[in-house]
Amino acid sequence: MFRVKPAKTGVLTALCFSALLVLTGVSRGHADDVPVIEIAARRFAFTPDKITLKKGQTVKLRLRSEDVTHGFFVRPLKIDEEIPAGQTVEVTVTPQTAGTFLTICDHFCGANHGNMYMTIVVE
Amino acid sequence: MNPYRRSFLKFAGASLGVGVLYSAYPSALSQGEAGSMFAELGRASGERVAPFSFVQLSDAHVGFSGPPDPLGTKAFERAVDMINALPQRPDLVLFTGDLTHDTEDRDVHVQRMKQFQEISKRINVPVIRHVPGEHDAGLDGGALYREFFGESHYSFDHRGVHFVALDNVSRTKPEVGAEQLAWLKKDLARFSKTAPIVVFTHRPLFDLRPDWEWFTSDGDDVMNVLSAYDNVTVLYGHIHRDDEHVVSGAHHYAARSLIFAFPDPTGVAGPRKPLPFDKDRPFKNLGIRAVSFNGKPQPGSSSLSIEDIELTAREFRGINGTQQFLRSPNV
Repeated sequence: MFRVKPAKTGVLTALCFSALLVLTGVSRGHADDVPVIEIAARRFAFTPDKITLKKGQTVKLRLRSEDVTHGFFVRPLKIDEEIPAGQTVEVTVTPQTAGTFLTICDHFCGANHGNMYMTIVVE
Repeated sequence: MNPYRRSFLKFAGASLGVGVLYSAYPSALSQGEAGSMFAELGRASGERVAPFSFVQLSDAHVGFSGPPDPLGTKAFERAVDMINALPQRPDLVLFTGDLTHDTEDRDVHVQRMKQFQEISKRINVPVIRHVPGEHDAGLDGGALYREFFGESHYSFDHRGVHFVALDNVSRTKPEVGAEQLAWLKKDLARFSKTAPIVVFTHRPLFDLRPDWEWFTSDGDDVMNVLSAYDNVTVLYGHIHRDDEHVVSGAHHYAARSLIFAFPDPTGVAGPRKPLPFDKDRPFKNLGIRAVSFNGKPQPGSSSLSIEDIELTAREFRGINGTQQFLRSPNV
């Protein structure tokens, strides 16, 4: 039987909360206090497929390829990044305009490349 | 500067088309410097400067199967028959990319390229030229495409018109690249500003709908090079619908596909989705736009005859009819 001693409950809660943040794609960076959002790219989807940002608030998008090279392109937010195969890149963005923006992979990655997209909502 | 430079290419018609037939109208620019340039180009190429017609076909996607369109290569084959039946044989055919549908299996892609060539060889036109689409060249940088079709960017002259093939797919992203831009500048350097130039490529060279990947990232750089010339027409595909825009003073024309259509980009929010297949009208949005020039330009009157030829399958109606059509080897 698994028993957790009360003294470790708080640590466990923190770990569970962090895991929840990771699963939802949001983690808190400590180095520069800029929120970091993890986005995974693999043929042919981004995960998560929708994120919400706040106008004027700076966030860091940590883009990770889980297979081949992908693009991450959303013109209104002035983002045009290449995510090399199996690697992670970071892009910092401070949205200036509210709206709903389609973000696509613009690095041809195969038959269903045209259906690889996600939505960025800026409130 | 007149933002709407004269177009020496004339085409018209509200028809739905698998291809676009153009008539080059060199005599419209037969005055002065432009006329000299036509004559010079004609002498350089060894051909008589004269009006001519040509066809643009695009996005055959040979090898594609499944929704939203079960036609396979039937529309492509139908287009070949229609071109061969034109009363005035075009001088040349330009394919603006996505000749084949991509696959990671090289052997399968080879078969698709061979099938494309088998079908296109039936076109009774002396000159057929191509540029790749991302489905032809995006996965391997164009290596297999070049084995079958040669260089992906090049130029040639025909009856006084300079044709330029640009590749904006082989770098995998929508871009032409610095090397090709430098080549373009050098290629055009020998021409005067009034030289008639036709650029054919796959993706739009302007921001038509960037979130649908209907753009070329360095398209502005390309248009800056072309802006030195007054008579530029750009032909492209990729968007699976006809479209006309004037950008940087040049006319940009898109051709429909030979597989399925996409909607009007100005009317749709969200991701790009193909238009549904109409089983009662299997070739809906497909056909040929034909324009013939009578060679006698007259101020104030049209010397063009325009015929809209819709691709039809009238003898096939309803579900059973469509099934007959799909089974028919020769339509």
